[in-house]
Amino acid sequence: MSAVLRLEDVHKSFGRTEVLRGISLEVAAHEVVVLIGASGSGKSTLLRTINLLEPIDDGRVWLGDRDISDPRVRADAVRSRIGIVFQHYNLFPHLSVLDNVTLALRHVQGVDRAAAEQRGLELLERIGLASFARVFPDRLSGGQQQRTAIVRAIATNPELLLLDEITSALDPELVGDVLALVRELADEGTTIVMATHEMAFAREVADRIVFLDSGVILEQGSPSEVFGAPREPRTREFLARFL
Amino acid sequence: MTGDLDQEARRPSDIELGRRAFRRRQSTRSVLVSVASTIVFAVVVWLTIINTPGWARVQSTFFDPEVFVSALPRVWDGFLLNLRVLVFAVIGTAVFGLLIATLRTLRGAVFFPLRALAAGYTDLFRGLPLIIVLYLVGYGIPGLRFTEERIPAEVLGTIALVLTYSAYVSEVFRAGIEAVHPSQRLAARSLGLGHYKTLRLIVMPQAIRKVTPALMNDFVAMQKDVGLISVLGAVDAVRGAQIEVAASFDYTPYVVAGVLFVLLALPLIRLTDWYSAKLRAREQMGSIV
Ligand SMILES: Nc1ncnc2c1ncn2[C@@H]1O[C@H](COP(=O)(O)OP(=O)(O)OP(=O)(O)O)[C@@H](O)[C@H]1O
Ligand SMILES: [Mg+2]
Repeated sequence: MSAVLRLEDVHKSFGRTEVLRGISLEVAAHEVVVLIGASGSGKSTLLRTINLLEPIDDGRVWLGDRDISDPRVRADAVRSRIGIVFQHYNLFPHLSVLDNVTLALRHVQGVDRAAAEQRGLELLERIGLASFARVFPDRLSGGQQQRTAIVRAIATNPELLLLDEITSALDPELVGDVLALVRELADEGTTIVMATHEMAFAREVADRIVFLDSGVILEQGSPSEVFGAPREPRTREFLARFL
Repeated sequence: MTGDLDQEARRPSDIELGRRAFRRRQSTRSVLVSVASTIVFAVVVWLTIINTPGWARVQSTFFDPEVFVSALPRVWDGFLLNLRVLVFAVIGTAVFGLLIATLRTLRGAVFFPLRALAAGYTDLFRGLPLIIVLYLVGYGIPGLRFTEERIPAEVLGTIALVLTYSAYVSEVFRAGIEAVHPSQRLAARSLGLGHYKTLRLIVMPQAIRKVTPALMNDFVAMQKDVGLISVLGAVDAVRGAQIEVAASFDYTPYVVAGVLFVLLALPLIRLTDWYSAKLRAREQMGSIV
């Protein structure tokens, strides 16, 4: 099966600091890849370059069989094929919960309002928030907002879902529901690349763990390989902090 | 929801009832104190003024009830013209100011001339006194001979007001656009919305909400300045008052015009205060808008 996403020797610098130093990574359809690594190792930057929110300095990024690092590619079109959720849910405060979820359907894909709202309500139903469809996001708890942000990102059925530490701004008791939703999406076969510090969850849900260290992939493998028998001393050192 | 009902059914404790009674007494007392102090203050001011040596003369030339009544119809007619000019100028300024602010947000080399033009425009018109803009537009545009017919003075006045005020208002809009957190723009772009749709659907609505109090203040200032169109010969409230003054040798008609302008401003000022307070309250509650 061909890869959904392929990175070839991706480099990215901010000023003089090179944040990504030659990343190569292939993600197959239905695969769940979890990025782990210390703060500042480049996880967020990697996810943002995939979504073309940061231009890269060298290398290539393929989405399906399309080279999306080609500057002639329309970034908006690429982004509508990739969903991304950030640490701070970034819902739009001036739009109702339902309008948040249907925004991309209506204004990027051009789906008519009735059809978009039907799909939006189904998604809200699924996360148990249909009764909040017409209220503004500030009425929701952090966990509810983050689950809304996730269904907003998947409303257009993107080929790839990127999740950047989506639980790290949440109170501990709210984390469970959000992770349960991610687990469901993973079980349904959504292709996911996520950065997280939730090691227990990573172990349970990941097909592959990728350990990022100062902008390079130091080690990768199945959860049992990386967590059970890490090869690199740096990986061991990093994981030791979570025990 | 059910919590509220429960509370209504519950009889408050004696301590709480005591506290409520105390608060009621306190607020009655403070109303009485403020009424009394206002009256004392007003009487002192009043006595001071009417005991000045020139008061009798000032009273008859500025506050003559008969002149007031006889000047009212003409000043009122003129005032209606001010109102019309104000309505068009507010709409024109909102649209044009928004356009200029939008131009200034455009990225990309192609738009450089537009960006530069918009920036130059705001610099120029924020520096120029309105009265000069009025003369330049009022006598300059007709000189160009666009049309065969004469352009009415009130139309030229409206154009001058829009030109001047759009420069301020576009800066207010721009501040609002910049106050929208970058993560909002990022979230919109990440959903695949383009620059223009992001601006229209996400950034502008939030920006406008943030700057509404400031905008309303600018419009209050504008409602005073509509009186200046009289310098172009438009027969507005000020010009109407001038005509009456010339006929009666009494300045009371100016007071009539002044009263009308203040009466127009008051509701807008109150509305601005109320809306600002509401926004502040929402912000303190922790919501983002
Ligand atoms: N826009 C930016 N401008 C300059 N430097 C940046 C920018 N974004 C990230 N960096 C730097 O790039 C490095 C990698 O940051 P990144 O956010 O990708 O790390 P991370 O692995 O996601 O960390 P964390 O676990 O704390 O989220 C950091 O040193 C950071 O300071
Ligand atoms: Mg990060």
